Amino acid sequence: MSDSMVQIRSVTKTYERGKQKIAVLQELTLDIPKGDFVALMGPSGSGKTTLLNLIGGLDQPSAGEISVGGSRIDKLSRGQLAHWRSHNIGFVFQFYNLMPVLTAEDNVELPLLLTKLPAAQRRKNVAAALQVVGLADRAKHKPRELSGGQEQRVAIARALVSDPQLLVCDEPTGDLDRKTADEILGLLQLLNREHGKTIVMVTHDPKAAEFARHTLHLEKGQLLEQAA
Amino acid sequence: MTRTGFVVANLFRKKTRTVLTVLSVIMAFLLFGLLQALSHVFSAGAEFVGATRLVTTARISFTQPLDLSMQPKLEAIPGVARVTNSQWFGGVWQTNTPIFVFAVDPSSYHDVYPEWVMPEEQWKVFANTRTAMVAGKMVADQYGWKVGQKIPISSNIYPQKDGSKAWAFDLVGIYDGKDEAWKKQTTQVFINHDYFDEANQFGKGRTNFFVLKLAPDANPEAISKTVDAMFENSPDETKTQTEKEFNLSFVKQFGDIGLIVRWILFAVFFTLLLVVGNTMAQSVRERVPELAVLKTLGYSDGSVLGFVLAEAVALCLIGGLTGLALATVLGGMVEKATGGQFQLPVDAFVWSIGLATIVLMSMAVGLLPALRAQRLKIVDALARR
Repeated sequence: MSDSMVQIRSVTKTYERGKQKIAVLQELTLDIPKGDFVALMGPSGSGKTTLLNLIGGLDQPSAGEISVGGSRIDKLSRGQLAHWRSHNIGFVFQFYNLMPVLTAEDNVELPLLLTKLPAAQRRKNVAAALQVVGLADRAKHKPRELSGGQEQRVAIARALVSDPQLLVCDEPTGDLDRKTADEILGLLQLLNREHGKTIVMVTHDPKAAEFARHTLHLEKGQLLEQAA
Repeated sequence: MTRTGFVVANLFRKKTRTVLTVLSVIMAFLLFGLLQALSHVFSAGAEFVGATRLVTTARISFTQPLDLSMQPKLEAIPGVARVTNSQWFGGVWQTNTPIFVFAVDPSSYHDVYPEWVMPEEQWKVFANTRTAMVAGKMVADQYGWKVGQKIPISSNIYPQKDGSKAWAFDLVGIYDGKDEAWKKQTTQVFINHDYFDEANQFGKGRTNFFVLKLAPDANPEAISKTVDAMFENSPDETKTQTEKEFNLSFVKQFGDIGLIVRWILFAVFFTLLLVVGNTMAQSVRERVPELAVLKTLGYSDGSVLGFVLAEAVALCLIGGLTGLALATVLGGMVEKATGGQFQLPVDAFVWSIGLATIVLMSMAVGLLPALRAQRLKIVDALARR
């Protein structure tokens, strides 16, 4: 139990669209060990992003239990979840989702404004995070002045800066060319192998999944297999 | 970076839109400051402190004439140093240019208004020439009048005994003001009351108002009460007020200034609410995914609400404070330009109402978009649903 970063037990997630109830995840059970790098694959509508949202505490299950890093996040209120996310999870999105009005370093600093760290320490942490993703020299640039790959690196730095143990990545290379995608995936691999981050990544791309340690396949809200 | 820095950065995300919105807020608060000051002046009660002259008119209306026989009684009141009278003539220059012509008693008028400066010789000629007229420097310059000319002026009120409304006066002097402030008010023309009284067709021995010059240690408020009490229940009941109040009463004739001002301000702020409200709503609408990202990073619903509200407050504060500051400067300039005759005091009272309005407006325009941002569901917002 202590070796699991994510424990999911009989989780069901249904959405209501008008009078219709749609079951996106059904009785799903899953364990992700600490330090793992898991790729979640499956066709559109299979529930990959929903599962990722539940693991990241962005949404709540309709039934079942979810523990992440030892915390039962399915029991937390919206406010508690927000606080928990700020300390425990780093998010990387397909379209980077950086604040266009802020520079790269300000974007990376955003999560740290929720901490009590003094400004000097925040700047130090930001510089370190940008260093890890290889963008120290682009700190003062705004997102529109960066390439897609660079934007995604900034987004990864933002996800890393508060030193979470779990990174959840939703199609992190979906908007990038092959070469840049491979660089980003290499970076994620490095974070997993050398910095011990547990990573859960949703992807459609089998080549991207090859960078993960494990690949899980979802279909119609159920886990099909667990392949090494 | 700080949270404040983040708010400011977001505020100027669309610079043109923000600048235009701030400009509209500035204009609204500039108007607000000036009109509120105007309303404050008109709604203020009688202020006798510092008054050196009082004006006595008929209680019903200053257009009702008073009997000149009241003048000695007024002069006998302790604390009254000198009394003069003044009668509105309703002068028209050439075809239809109205000019401020008053029929006055030259010698007492000179005593009561030492601010008007003219050679003593000309004052004497004015007093001793029945058809004499003196003109303020500004009005004389404007119409090119020179001392010695006969000036034809018609009256839209008073015909002569032969029925003609065409009068002619001998310009015997041109007065100026004692200082810059008074120089800017030399727009009036004075004629000799004796001549007017004899030659006009209506009534005799009447005047529109008396001006009481007070002794240095006099109590203006007490004298005002004494005067009005003296003529209570007489055919000529009076209303005695300070000069400043009397001047304002001319403007008050046009209607309830306070009410007019309030309606103008209501229209201005209603429009402003729509403009700024729309800006804020649009700004939040455009940023739904960004607000969702903030929540994803761990910002609480309350923090996100705070960010949006802070933007609304900042927008209204920048515009509101600038507008009020401009109103203060303009109010001072108007006061200076009119030599203190027209005052628009954008004072602490106006500022405090202005600040309260800024806060209320910020809430009115910011609250709905802020609540929308607060209620945003991350999953839906990120999926652009």
